[in-house]
Amino acid sequence: MLMISPRMASAMQEKQYTPSLLSFFIYNPTFGPREGEEEKKILFYHPSDIEKNEKIRNVGLCEAIVQFTRTFCPTKPAKSLHTQKNRQFFFEPEDNFWIVMVVRNPMIEKPNKDGKPPTIEYQEEEILDTVYGAVVRQCYSMYKLFNGTFGRAMEAGGVELLTQKLEKFFYRYLQTLHLQSCDLLDVFGGISFFPLDKMTYLKIQSFVNRVEESLSLIKYTAFLYNDQLIWSGLEQDDMRILYKYLTTSLFPRHSEPELAGRDSPLRPEVAGNLLHYGRFLTGPTNLKDPEAKFRFPKIFVTAEDGYEELHLIVYKAMSAAACFMISASVELTRDFCEQLDGLVGPQLTLLASDICEQFTINRRISGPEKEPQFKFIYFNHMNLAEKSTIHMRKTASVCLTSVHPDLMKILGDINCDFARVDEDEEIIVKAMTDYWVVGKKSDQRELYVILNQKNANLIEVNGMSPPPDDE
Amino acid sequence: MTEPPQQHYLELSENPVQFEHASSVNNVFFDEANKQVFAVRSGGATGVVVKGPDDKSSVAFRMDDKGEVKCIKFSIGNKILAVQRTSKSVDFINFIPDYPHTEFSQECKTKNANVLGFCWTNWNEIVFITDQGIEFYQVFPDKRSLKLLKNQSINVNWYQYCPETAVILLSTTVQGNILQPFAFRNGTMSKMSKFEIELPVIPKPAKLSLSERDIAMATIYGQLYVMYLKHHSRTANSPSAEVVLYHLPREGACKKSHVLKLNTTGKFALNIVDNLVVVHHQSSQTSLIFDINLKEPDCAVNTHQPVLPARSIHPYRMPLAGPAVVPSQPPVPCQLYSSSWSVFQPDIIISASEGYLWYLQVKLHPTVNLLQDKGKLMDFLLRRRDCKMVILSVCSQILEGGVKGSLPVVATVFDKLNQVYKEYLEAEQSYTVAMESGPSRGSAAQKRPVRTQAVIDQSDMYTHVLSSFTERKEVSHKFVIAVLMEYIRSLNQHQITVQHYLYELVIKTLVQHNLFYMLHQFLQYHVLSDSKPLACLLLSLESTYPPAHQLSLDMLKRLSTANDEIVEVLLSKQQVLGALRFIRSVGGHDNVSARKFLDAARQTGDQMLFYTVFRSFQQRNQRLRGSPAFNPGENKPRIWFIFQMKPTIGGLKI
Repeated sequence: MLMISPRMASAMQEKQYTPSLLSFFIYNPTFGPREGEEEKKILFYHPSDIEKNEKIRNVGLCEAIVQFTRTFCPTKPAKSLHTQKNRQFFFEPEDNFWIVMVVRNPMIEKPNKDGKPPTIEYQEEEILDTVYGAVVRQCYSMYKLFNGTFGRAMEAGGVELLTQKLEKFFYRYLQTLHLQSCDLLDVFGGISFFPLDKMTYLKIQSFVNRVEESLSLIKYTAFLYNDQLIWSGLEQDDMRILYKYLTTSLFPRHSEPELAGRDSPLRPEVAGNLLHYGRFLTGPTNLKDPEAKFRFPKIFVTAEDGYEELHLIVYKAMSAAACFMISASVELTRDFCEQLDGLVGPQLTLLASDICEQFTINRRISGPEKEPQFKFIYFNHMNLAEKSTIHMRKTASVCLTSVHPDLMKILGDINCDFARVDEDEEIIVKAMTDYWVVGKKSDQRELYVILNQKNANLIEVNGMSPPPDDE
Repeated sequence: MTEPPQQHYLELSENPVQFEHASSVNNVFFDEANKQVFAVRSGGATGVVVKGPDDKSSVAFRMDDKGEVKCIKFSIGNKILAVQRTSKSVDFINFIPDYPHTEFSQECKTKNANVLGFCWTNWNEIVFITDQGIEFYQVFPDKRSLKLLKNQSINVNWYQYCPETAVILLSTTVQGNILQPFAFRNGTMSKMSKFEIELPVIPKPAKLSLSERDIAMATIYGQLYVMYLKHHSRTANSPSAEVVLYHLPREGACKKSHVLKLNTTGKFALNIVDNLVVVHHQSSQTSLIFDINLKEPDCAVNTHQPVLPARSIHPYRMPLAGPAVVPSQPPVPCQLYSSSWSVFQPDIIISASEGYLWYLQVKLHPTVNLLQDKGKLMDFLLRRRDCKMVILSVCSQILEGGVKGSLPVVATVFDKLNQVYKEYLEAEQSYTVAMESGPSRGSAAQKRPVRTQAVIDQSDMYTHVLSSFTERKEVSHKFVIAVLMEYIRSLNQHQITVQHYLYELVIKTLVQHNLFYMLHQFLQYHVLSDSKPLACLLLSLESTYPPAHQLSLDMLKRLSTANDEIVEVLLSKQQVLGALRFIRSVGGHDNVSARKFLDAARQTGDQMLFYTVFRSFQQRNQRLRGSPAFNPGENKPRIWFIFQMKPTIGGLKI
């Protein structure tokens, strides 16, 4: 299948506006079925300063659309509504609970002569349903990770508690949504795995097993290096969202002081004079502090019978991070934290330098890193392995890409095409400005390659597509 | 029994050599070289009974009573008997059939010398040790004469002989502490370098201070050592006795190499059993064992503490004197550590007054509970002869103990086992390489490495430890997986190829507990190495865990020898185009049978697909043979027919 991308020509002196969040609200139609009680349906509304009647009107509209479209296909309710100025995304994560996100379409402001007000052109086709649909689902997953389901809050404290929780969580979380930089990677929600040789991997296994054996409170362990996953004792779906939290929120928050060399002093341990770099990223910042609080964030993961509430201890030494998860019913004490620090600190420090060494050796063997001729995104649905040479290192605030947004859009379009059929497929697109985009889907894997080669023809492009390894 | 039986790690052999006990009319001699006991009645006139370790070496005969026998020994193979009756000469009797049986005699050459004793170094070579030197003779039994091969003058206080290495050790000088060894081999005598034993106190005036009883020679781990029992002395600052080992190499100087701390005083005797130095302590009636290869982290180099706490030899009961005893009579306990015991190297204990010769043996099972440090226990066990089953039972014990924090111990034990295993594999490997390259290179013929019991391979581990361990219900699956991974880690660390059945065990355990995601991660990092059987195993898991399909195909692809299997798998999933693409990509398109592809395409009921596949093969045929027709064997007319029909049927439908 060959398509020619029509866009990429852009006029000068125009002002471009990226997609942005207009509103975000959560409602349950069963909470206020009678007239005059509509406000009760609304559990959360952002922005909060909107006038009550407008909130009710917007919620009512969504409700109506969902109800109306249900008549056409009862099993698949409406997912989004496209309008000229914005796009609305609907998601029903739990029975009768609806999350709606309204995104303003990107627009171009064209200056007019003669002092007339500028013309605004909405680019309603520029944003992808798959990307923002995924963003909404991610919002819910993240809420669920830290709070459990909506239903759980309802059982525990009714609507009052639920609204409190939603307020508390989304107030902060929505500020971290950067809709303008959402792309294909959000659709995948993948996990980047750290490439590692077998022996070092086995050493990590050994470390995890030993820690879990001697600190038997620990139920699950995850191990990351350089923000990439190496081992997860959690199930895949839980790890997926935890990974998202760690890499986009927790680690970036702690990376700056590390880079500056502060906050990570080599601590001479009293006993045995063991030096190690280990420290807690969650919980107490300084164990020696007599005022230190031993409170850790709690997370919810799937268990055999519904949900399981866990303390999340994230402990880091150099680039190696270990997440230990302990049943929330246990109270964590100073004693335990000191024990963990004493046991894990030295071992993790040693492992971190082992991994680093091994990594450097491997890189030396594979030769100096050349600027590759192409950029790619790889994703394997089966193990959620994701790899991208398009994206720069994620920071807390933005996710930078090294290619033009138009190309990212093409990738997203190809992905939508892939999603429609089960068969293996290959799509080659010639974009403007000499770019070729190749998308390939084989069984559970998807690979997207962007080539920037002048005068390359279709046959040449077809010839090159090396599938990278999962790691 | 007052003491639990498992406490005794030393025992006397069950079938001792029995002989007539020493009495006023019966003299008993022991020959260390042939390990024979001589019971000489009335100077031999009423009979000499020789009992050896087996029946073959047991002999009975008479000889004339020509005076009191001082020493009596057969040459190697019972060919010639040598008897010393005076301090000047040794008498010989032929025991070779058809040779004259009349005694002949040989006086020592050195004038005024007294013969201290003699040693056979071969079937026809003998050494006389006199107080003035040694004389080395060859015996000609047919001529009934001896020829002096070599002699050496030296003042001798006493001597010791190590038959294993044919080394004679002479005590010289006034104090007796300068020892001069001589080695004998095939008619040659070589003087080894002499050395001095450090005495605890230098006596003034000088007098003989080193007793024959305090010196013993033995081979330990294939090396000859002179063991010196250094008694404690009040003047020197040695609070307790110790055994000092001097290493006596074939060439080069003798060096003091090990010190064994006895931590007590009194009368001691030494044995060597299974390369362990056993020190018997008479007053406490206990024995200690030392392993000179066991490194002691807390001690200075080569100073050793006993491996295990002191224990007595296992109680021994012997039937009442003589075979004529009434069977119903219960056996009586034997008095252990009796003053009538004589101890000989390496492992012999003789009670002349009771008429018993025992071999001392080490029992490994009781050591398991006496040595708490499992790493050290493994070091100890791995050097013992009959260690395999004990080691395996220790492994089971550690795993089933379920003691918290046992994983590091498990890891240490695995590493120690695999170190020995790896050394054997490497030796085997280099032997194979040497054999293949032919005898031309490497003049010294390489010996095939001996597989000792200490080589515990994966199948031993699997059969005796891991398979039953993974079956146990009370052990948490987390621990089972941790142990299996630890074993695989250890094998990998020692560059040993892991056997498929271990992977199978891991997979089985993971699958049983629905830990598919763990399994997935292990495969992702190639912890479970690729193989066809493993890929097939994964394929069989597809119904419970769909991603296993992809994992399996990936593995087959990496193996690069399983292209046929990949095609089969894809076709069975009706991924006909995928199969076709794959076979093209690996260059197998030209040789592949079109039939199975067409069959699979037909089964999908997708006409377009069938057409595509069909065309693809037609094009191939055109390219290969210049005609789109199929070879008769390759393509049955039936398929042709179906294809011919299909478009029409399709056309009607539309």
